[in-house]
Formats: sequence, C-alpha cells, structure tokens
Amino acid sequence: MTTAAQTWLIFRRAMRLSLRNPVWVIIGIVQPILYLALFGPLLERVASTPGFPGGSSWQVFVPGLLVQLGIFGAAFVGFGLVAEMRAGVVERMRVTPASRVALLGGRVLRDVVVLLAQGALLVLGAFAFGLRAPLSGVLLGLLVVALLGAAFASASYAAALRLGTEDALASLLNTLAIPLLLLSGILLPMSLAPGWLETVSDINPLKHVVDGVRALFLGETASATVGWAVVTVVGLVGAGLALATRTFGRESG
Amino acid sequence: MIEARGLARSFKTREGIVEAVRGVDIDVSPGEIVGFLGPNGAGKTTTQRMLTTLLAPSAGSARVAGHDLAREAVEVRRRIGYVAQRGGTEPEARVGEELVDHGRLYGLTRADAAARGAALLGRLDLHGSWARLVKTLSGGQRRRLDIALGLINEPPLLFLDEPTSGLDPQARANLWAHIRSLRAEHGVTIFLTTHYLEEADALCDRILVIDEGLIAARGAPEELKRGLAGDVVALTVRDADDAARAALVLEARSAASAPEVEGVIVRFHLPSAAAGLPEAFWALEEADIAPVGVEVHRPTLDDVFLSLTGRALREQPVAA
Repeated sequence: MTTAAQTWLIFRRAMRLSLRNPVWVIIGIVQPILYLALFGPLLERVASTPGFPGGSSWQVFVPGLLVQLGIFGAAFVGFGLVAEMRAGVVERMRVTPASRVALLGGRVLRDVVVLLAQGALLVLGAFAFGLRAPLSGVLLGLLVVALLGAAFASASYAAALRLGTEDALASLLNTLAIPLLLLSGILLPMSLAPGWLETVSDINPLKHVVDGVRALFLGETASATVGWAVVTVVGLVGAGLALATRTFGRESG
Repeated sequence: MIEARGLARSFKTREGIVEAVRGVDIDVSPGEIVGFLGPNGAGKTTTQRMLTTLLAPSAGSARVAGHDLAREAVEVRRRIGYVAQRGGTEPEARVGEELVDHGRLYGLTRADAAARGAALLGRLDLHGSWARLVKTLSGGQRRRLDIALGLINEPPLLFLDEPTSGLDPQARANLWAHIRSLRAEHGVTIFLTTHYLEEADALCDRILVIDEGLIAARGAPEELKRGLAGDVVALTVRDADDAARAALVLEARSAASAPEVEGVIVRFHLPSAAAGLPEAFWALEEADIAPVGVEVHRPTLDDVFLSLTGRALREQPVAA
C-alpha cells in the first residue's frame, strides 16, 4: 500500500469520525458568521477613515475572517489528537508498518477539507451581506487559506504529540493566539497602524498572508503582495509538515 | 522469537536522568508464553515499548520476529501485534471500521481485512458486534477487540501489556482462556506484562521478574514459587504463655518452620497450609493449647519480591 493510499485511508477514517460528531465543524462555521453579522457592519463606517485600503469594507474584512478561520480552525485540531493519544489510537497506528507521513497527512487533509467547506460557506454568507469580489481571486484566496490551515494543523499536531495534555496545549495556544491575532491585521488592516506598530507587524508572517488574500479579493493576481503571501504560506506549510512528520516518527504518543 | 541483549532506556526528567531499564537480556522461543512480572514502574512497559519499535533503546540491541529492531523497524512491525495497556480503540468508531482500517494499514485489501476481522470477532466471542460503536462495548469486550486488532496482521508474535488490568474476575478468566487458545490453536508466541502473580501463574511457561529496571529472576512459575517458604500462618491463642509454648510444640511436632511469637499470636511457615494445619492442630491439642483464631496468607507477588529482593513490593512508580 502506497503512502498516498494510506493517507487516503487515514483521511477517510478521520472524516467519518468528524462527520459522526460534527459539533466542532458547526462551531467553526458559526463563529465567522457571528463576526460577519456583528462586526462587519461596524467596518462599513471605518472604511471611510484615512489609511483604509481601497475596495469595499467587505473586501478588506472577509479575507481577514478567512485567514482567522484558517489559523484558529486548524490550531485547535491538536485537541482531537490528544484525545486519540489518550485512547491509545495513535500508538496502535504507530505499531503498524504504515508511513508516518500518512498517519499525519490523512488527518491534516481532513482538517483542510473541513476548512475549505467552512471558508466556502463564509464567502457565500459574505456575498449575502454585500461582498463583491472576482471569482478567481476568491478561489485563489481560499487556496492560500487552505495551505495556511495545513501549516497550522500540522503545527498543532506536533505540539499535541510533544505536550500530550489538553492543559498544556491550551496554554500554548492562548499564549500565541492573541499576539498573532493583533499583529496580523486580521480585524483591522495594519495600514491604519502608527509606524512602529506597522513595523512590528511586518515581522509576523501572517500579516503578509492577510495582505495577500486581501489583494486577491481586490482582483490582483500577479502583484508582489500576492507573491509574498504565497511564498510565506508555502514556507509555513513546509515547516509545519516537516516538524509534525518528525514528531510523529519519534517516540512520543 | 525475541533475542534482546543489554536493552536499556533512560529518560530525561526535571529531577535528572531516570534509568527506567538498565540493561536486560530477554530470550523468547517460538510458541512460548512468557510473562514479564514486576511492580508498576519497574520498567515492564518501557521494555515492551522498545521491543515493539515505539521507543528507541538508549543502549543494547534486539532481534524481534527475525529482524533487527534498530535497522529493520518496519519489518518488525509487519510481524508483531501489540495490545497496549490502555487499549487503542476510538470510542466513536464502529467495531468493523476499526478492524478494516487497521488491517488496511498492514496492506490488506478491504475484503481481506473485513474477512479476517469478522473471523477474529468470532474467535474472540464478539459475534454480532461488527456494527456497534466501540463505546457501547463492555470493558471485557473492548479488551478482546483490542486483541482482535493486534491479531489482524496474523502476527507470529503478540505483545500484551497488562492484558487483564481493570477487568472483573470473570472477564479476566475468560480472557486467559482466549490467550491460551491463541497459542494452542494458532501457535502465536506471546510476551505479556503483568503485575498479578496469579496471571503469570495461570498463563505463562516462563516468567521474567523485573525490578528497578533489572531482571531480578527468571524461571517457570513453579520454580519461582519453590523459592518461597510456603504459606504463612498466623495463629491466635489465649495468652502469651500459650503462644510461647505453641511455638516450641509446632517447631518440634509439625511441618511448621521459623515460628515467631508476637503477644498472643504465633506466626510460622507451612509448605502447604491445607495439608499441614490439621497436623499442627493435633499437636497443639495434645499439648493442651486451644487456638482461638487462625489466618492463612498465601504467597503473593509481595512475597516473591520480598524473597527475591529483600524488599517489599513497591506499587509506586520510580519515575513519577
């Protein structure tokens, strides 16, 4: 059995279990819709502020929500792995000759598919609120968000394998989440920030991803902003998968 | 089937380096059932996790199921089954799904995995559970499903970690029968860990006793028990005078050995209390001593440990 076939097997198993108990999938989609309904209208006024990027407020806001979904939807998948570790499922699979890449990759693939479904629903919802953006930009934006999700899901699994408990994982995520969120310009674009804050946020790779997805929603495809976003996200995926595969192959769990 | 030399493993903790296993040699021949006996924290699970490729040894080498543990881990994995102490089933999955998916990870086709899974459920008295959710199974059923999963690749060598811990006596006896039939009917070699003496006694051809990461003794259960002084009897008499006289009488006129007096209680060893107590009572009656109470204490793992190591069995793990 090839690694691809094993990945597919693990994906189907993970998907089957997710759909059997879809509470988390539903929570994952309800949250961005709440942002859309309860925070989006505020931005319509802010959009006239000097420094606010071009395009409608929805073209700025929806990409931010998509990236937020990609990060936070995926960052919490480690909790599911902790439960699997506790049940002994991870260890049982590690005793088989199956490829470690497949044991990880199948789960990440499930997370990406869930994320894409949530993202598509979010864009459709936003369309009802008044978003207008070119289809190609939306599809490419979703692709970037899917890659981002794969990176964060991998990192979350690696952290879960290392830490082994929900408590430790929760403190790690809480520590990282707020600075990442504030410095990424997800909620308000960093072009509104004073100089020093914008400089600090430049260090955060996620800011470039948000900027790139915004550019895609504005109809840019071959711009430097988009290029940076793609390079960043591909780098993050590579790093995340490498870290997680190594951790899966090691002796934790 | 297993040939391990100097296998050792240490862990880094905040308190420093803990040597969980300090160099053990293990030999298991095909068709044997070998028990790895020791208190919690003695290094049983760590050793088993090394032999099943889950943990890299910090020293030593081993051949498991004909392949080198370090260099041919995948070949070893193909040929072994491992049933961890906490099991390995997803509560929300269905029994059949777990069996098929697990079989496919070994490269079986869907049809083959399903056929083997169904046959294993039959063998392990889990008929009719194919479509059930794992979480609806009883503890004993779930344990047998764990074993079925461990057998899906038809391994010649099966590792069981504390197979009956947490089971009620009936489920335990039932599982013992299943484990015996694996060897009797399918020739599976079994290496199991346990901290129950009676389990090692009931199942194993040979026992390795491990304590503080070292093998303290090895041999057939009978051999190990022969090393013990038999049953311990505590006899209560009316007063301290009677107790002192009883000790003399018992030593002189019965099979009792090493009587000790403590107040109105006389403690002594008998090779077998069932056979030796009537004779001891006759001797006491002739000396006009009337026992008012008797307690018989059969040899336990504590006693094996006490006699092997001079220390009482610690139930607390070394590495907390």
